[in-house]
Amino acid sequence: MNARADVMKPDYRGMPLDSLDIADPRMFQHDYWHDLFARLRAESPVHFQPDSPVGPFWSVTRYEDIVAIERDTETFSSEPSIAMIDPEPDMILKMFIAMDPPDHDDQRRAVHHVVAPRNLREFETLIRERTIEVLDGLPENEPFDWVKLVSRDLTTKMLATLFDYPWEERNNLTQWSDMFTNDERITDGEGVSREVIIEHMTACLQRFTELWHERKDDGKEAFDLIRMLQADPNTANMVDDPLTYMGNIMLLIVGGNDTTRNSMSGGVVFLNQFPEQMAKVRAQPELIPSMVSEIIRYQTPLPHMRRTATRDVEFQGAKIRKGEKVVLWFVSGNYDDTVIDRADEFWIDRPQVRNHLSFGAGIHRCMGNRLAEMQLRILWEEALSRFEKIELVGDPKRTCNLFIRGYTELPVRVSRFA
Amino acid sequence: MTVITFIQHDGSERMVDGDVGLSLMETALKHDIPGIDADCGGGAICGTCHCFVEMSGDLPAPDSQETAMLGLRPDRADNSRLACQIVVSDGMSDITVKLPEFQM
Repeated sequence: MNARADVMKPDYRGMPLDSLDIADPRMFQHDYWHDLFARLRAESPVHFQPDSPVGPFWSVTRYEDIVAIERDTETFSSEPSIAMIDPEPDMILKMFIAMDPPDHDDQRRAVHHVVAPRNLREFETLIRERTIEVLDGLPENEPFDWVKLVSRDLTTKMLATLFDYPWEERNNLTQWSDMFTNDERITDGEGVSREVIIEHMTACLQRFTELWHERKDDGKEAFDLIRMLQADPNTANMVDDPLTYMGNIMLLIVGGNDTTRNSMSGGVVFLNQFPEQMAKVRAQPELIPSMVSEIIRYQTPLPHMRRTATRDVEFQGAKIRKGEKVVLWFVSGNYDDTVIDRADEFWIDRPQVRNHLSFGAGIHRCMGNRLAEMQLRILWEEALSRFEKIELVGDPKRTCNLFIRGYTELPVRVSRFA
Repeated sequence: MTVITFIQHDGSERMVDGDVGLSLMETALKHDIPGIDADCGGGAICGTCHCFVEMSGDLPAPDSQETAMLGLRPDRADNSRLACQIVVSDGMSDITVKLPEFQM
């Protein structure tokens, strides 16, 4: 289930510190990143890499250091981007994840309501119906791809529901989301060029602009993300500022997509790797909410976020200069065993199970975290109650992307209770 | 002894004795009082122990981190606080803690 035998894993424990490549997306594709980050946490917790396809950058790998930087938003800005790639100066999308206070706060509040638990209760029935429909449609006793038939399908349907997006066009949302994060510079050349990404963004913006105008003042009391932006005074004219509108749409599409999708797949992998945990949750289904938090930690579907130093600063002995990129490796913090007990173990009822970094920390902490948890909880409630076996029947294929820790294919076989 | 009254969104009340040195968040968890999630465990970095606090004396003002997190709450009020940032001290007046409809 781990790195394939024919893949050469770098000798992370033996090589000199200054030859470690922390911008290598193959470490997630072949799942050999554990030793890299363990070495950094132990020997160089604030580490500078001078050269990479995304330029020079610092890596912060310890849990407590990541939290300290997340708290200091004045020194470590989220502008101009939270991705390792710098945006083109004339294409800086305005999205609140990549803004500092006070603008960040106003924009985030405008869309926060849609994922507030009060609204989630109304969504729960719908999500459960769709989950049941997907699970009941799965083939029995023969291998199928869980990523395609479960994880992708469910997250796409959820996104289409949140946007009230035309149902028959819903796969666009997932394709756009995949495209936005598929830059060749973070995929070891397997992705696409900046130009191709911009073409897709343009198509996405065009469709969402049409939807905005169709819905504006149509008098309907519907409840979706576009109408919520229209209803809030802070964002009511967002469509007039295409970079801001595009930025927010993209943030909501990507935020609701790879994250939940890959955690839906990760759960299957972990419960197969740790069969005693599967037995435990089957015996005590009330542990599902706790298991969901542990799946999210163990998967860490977004392995990092980037900050940018706004001034020269000394942090843990490292001299970070104004303008330098500082990458917070959540995936490393989540496996930091000085903070998380027996961090390498998938342990569904671990103490303080919610204390993880997968949602980030501080003012940029994931806005959709309660929605994500609900989707995963419902998936596992329904899956465990109808399938006697959920077996991984081959090696997972993992995503080759520095920004995404996920799966492209997961061969699974299920059998239903008699 | 400081008496802490937790009032849920539905109006139900629980009164407990505060322990010096424990935060309001820790007090709620100790007594299994619902309505506080405390995802981050007390670091003022998740905002899921938001509450509305009333007391006769003065509380220490929120620091910049707490203020930043409170700024994200759609339901923020003048007496909004993070329960993890208020620690019961010797001779502190009684406190009423109203819990919001939800944490997020």
